[in-house]
Amino acid sequence: MSLEEPDPRSRDVGETPEGTVDYDALEALLGETALDREEHVNATAFVVRPDEVQEALNALRDEAGFDYLSNVTAQEYADRYESIYHLKKYDDPTQEVGVVVPTVTDAPVSQTAEPVYRTADWHEREAYDLVGIEYDGHPDMRRILLPETWQGHPLGSDYNPEKPQVVPFREHANPLQPDSRGEGAESDTMFLNIGPHHPATHGVLHVKTVLDGEQIADVEPDIGYLHRCEEQMCQQSTYRHQIMPYPDRWDYVSAGILNEWAYARAAEDLADIDVPEYAQVIRTMSAELCRICSHMLALGTFALDVFGDFTAVFQYAFRDREVVQNILEELTGQRLMFNYLRLGGVAWDIPEPREDFFEMVRDFLDGLPEKTTEYHNLITSNEIFQVRCVDTGELPPETAKQYGATGPVARGSGVDIDLRRDDPYGYYEELDWDVVTEDGCDNYSRVLVRMREVEESAKIIEQCVDLLAEWPEDEREIQSNVPRTLKPDADAEVYRGVEAAKGELGIYMRSDGTDTPARFKIRSPCFCNLHTLREMTEGEYVPDLIASLGSLDIVLGEVDR
Amino acid sequence: MSSESEKLHDTVSTQDARMGDGVDSRFNSKLREAFGSTPFILTKFDKFMNWVRGNSMFMLQFGIACCSIEMIHTYAIKHDLDRFGAGVPRASPRQADVIIVPGTIVSKFAPRMKRVYDQMPEPKFVVGMGSCTISGGPFQEGYNVIKGAEEVIPVDIHVPGCPPRPEALIYGIAKLQERIRNGETSPVTVKPYELEEFGDLERDELVRHLADRIDEDDLVMRYNWADSP
Repeated sequence: MSLEEPDPRSRDVGETPEGTVDYDALEALLGETALDREEHVNATAFVVRPDEVQEALNALRDEAGFDYLSNVTAQEYADRYESIYHLKKYDDPTQEVGVVVPTVTDAPVSQTAEPVYRTADWHEREAYDLVGIEYDGHPDMRRILLPETWQGHPLGSDYNPEKPQVVPFREHANPLQPDSRGEGAESDTMFLNIGPHHPATHGVLHVKTVLDGEQIADVEPDIGYLHRCEEQMCQQSTYRHQIMPYPDRWDYVSAGILNEWAYARAAEDLADIDVPEYAQVIRTMSAELCRICSHMLALGTFALDVFGDFTAVFQYAFRDREVVQNILEELTGQRLMFNYLRLGGVAWDIPEPREDFFEMVRDFLDGLPEKTTEYHNLITSNEIFQVRCVDTGELPPETAKQYGATGPVARGSGVDIDLRRDDPYGYYEELDWDVVTEDGCDNYSRVLVRMREVEESAKIIEQCVDLLAEWPEDEREIQSNVPRTLKPDADAEVYRGVEAAKGELGIYMRSDGTDTPARFKIRSPCFCNLHTLREMTEGEYVPDLIASLGSLDIVLGEVDR
Repeated sequence: MSSESEKLHDTVSTQDARMGDGVDSRFNSKLREAFGSTPFILTKFDKFMNWVRGNSMFMLQFGIACCSIEMIHTYAIKHDLDRFGAGVPRASPRQADVIIVPGTIVSKFAPRMKRVYDQMPEPKFVVGMGSCTISGGPFQEGYNVIKGAEEVIPVDIHVPGCPPRPEALIYGIAKLQERIRNGETSPVTVKPYELEEFGDLERDELVRHLADRIDEDDLVMRYNWADSP
């Protein structure tokens, strides 16, 4: 819970007393800038000229209070390119608005949104990389996911995947030879590659670091070493069954069901599918089990990063993950890639005998408080740990918002946002639990948030188990009626997010009337959270960089997609 | 004299002495039984080395994607790969002799993986973990995905699955140990993707186009997607 008093803030322009968005008022605010209106399933969007993007976004941010650029989607139509900025408010994420920027097909250039929202920097680089729209005034218009010498833009319509590519490998120079990339010829800085194969980077992340003594002068995360074309994969798969296995592989540290839910929620809104209440309870329970599993990994690897504890804490965390994975395997049939959610419900009911399953879950929950105490004894009250984490990697709340940080990273900076409460879905609204925030803004707070969230998740699971155990036998409907071949209305567009383990995981989908999406865009929380790394580490020491990276809890599968 | 020789015959044989109650029965083992009275064995040096190699494998700590999570679980508590003499993860490739490739390899990563593999000392072995290292797995059709680890480095054991369970990985490693013990190696398959100097590439349209952006002596990897299986 935030320590700040909730101040009765005055209403923004375009906000109704009920807390919804009055799009007519917004249109009046934008005035001449808004050329047209588009109705998306989640919100209304305004069409803006490509050279007036900043004007429109500035008005929406400063006057109407849309301080959160959630996502930037780029796509190509037959006659135009389009960038869509999905805006929300940190205070109330249900208030959404879109800004659509069409550009011409030959030489698509659009004004950058980076001066208004810092997070647009990486989003627009991705749009340039994959779709091919250039952003005028962007500080660093380079490829972000694909190698710099790549030819063509793979999500554009004229891309030929058969064409050969040449990928350079330049980091093979002798690591001992002098290499200073600081300013001026007299600079005595040292350039250091961390990754992409390094035990502390949590996967294949490459951090280009410039050191001044032991302090960090500049840090640049270089991503794309696990860019598996997830968006292309989803765009060529059918809604009904083929897409669902892919979300498991975005954030793969057992957070599968949380990711599946992101797709399920977006697709269910797009095609207007209901989900039976019983299935929602199962979804909620299994998703929270995934969250515990994911936070345990974050905790174990963070302890490994910070005090090299491969013995106790790391193994304890993995012991507890094994228990949760056993429960999830019992429920879904798989340890890691669950593929359990279906559009309109779940794949199957709680395994028989139900009592045994519930007992298994309750056993785990009963043992959890003792384990949590143990973790606190080993980790958070450990002096070495505190020296490494308290007041290092600071991320002030305003900076976190500028970078579009969500999840435990934002909540560790005192930003009170959690889509489970603020934009309710599933069964969360009916249950009794709290959103955890910490005001420290440092590495320590982010770890504390995760540890306390485990306890909150346990509370949710306990209530779900009680509900499921008493659910009348003839009302256990796990799946609503969904057509075998799903073809949402042509040109329907939706952007929906859920609170995944790392933050807001959003899906943008556009239907073209067929059974596969015309555009499938994943808004990854790790991608945005990783962007804050530079803010957190500049001027700090190298060990603090490792601690900050660990506390961000990134998963490269989700960063690169 | 006679009493002395009697005394000599009275003493228990060395083997019995070794196999007897002794200080502690824990010292009795199958190995001791096999060796009998003499602590010496006669074998070929190669055979001995293979036996040693198979039972003391240093793995490279190498995580790529989803499979690396199951790989960590294989090292960690419960499955504990160390039981089989193969569970010491080394952070440096120069200290490792087995590399488990746990995940999808994409165009940007393949040159790095090749380099890490090249840095490992001989003899070295490769376990490909998961469908992605066999064929690209669920991402095979991706524009950026290498269709299997064998496009870049030779693979000794393939463990299928998406991801394979820890038990499956242990089975794969046990099979690798068995092969090493028997002195078997995998045939080196064709490797279409090599690290080479940019200047050595055939000067086709693409290479000429990139000539002003890549130096002659930069290492590059050229992907001919149309030739990928």
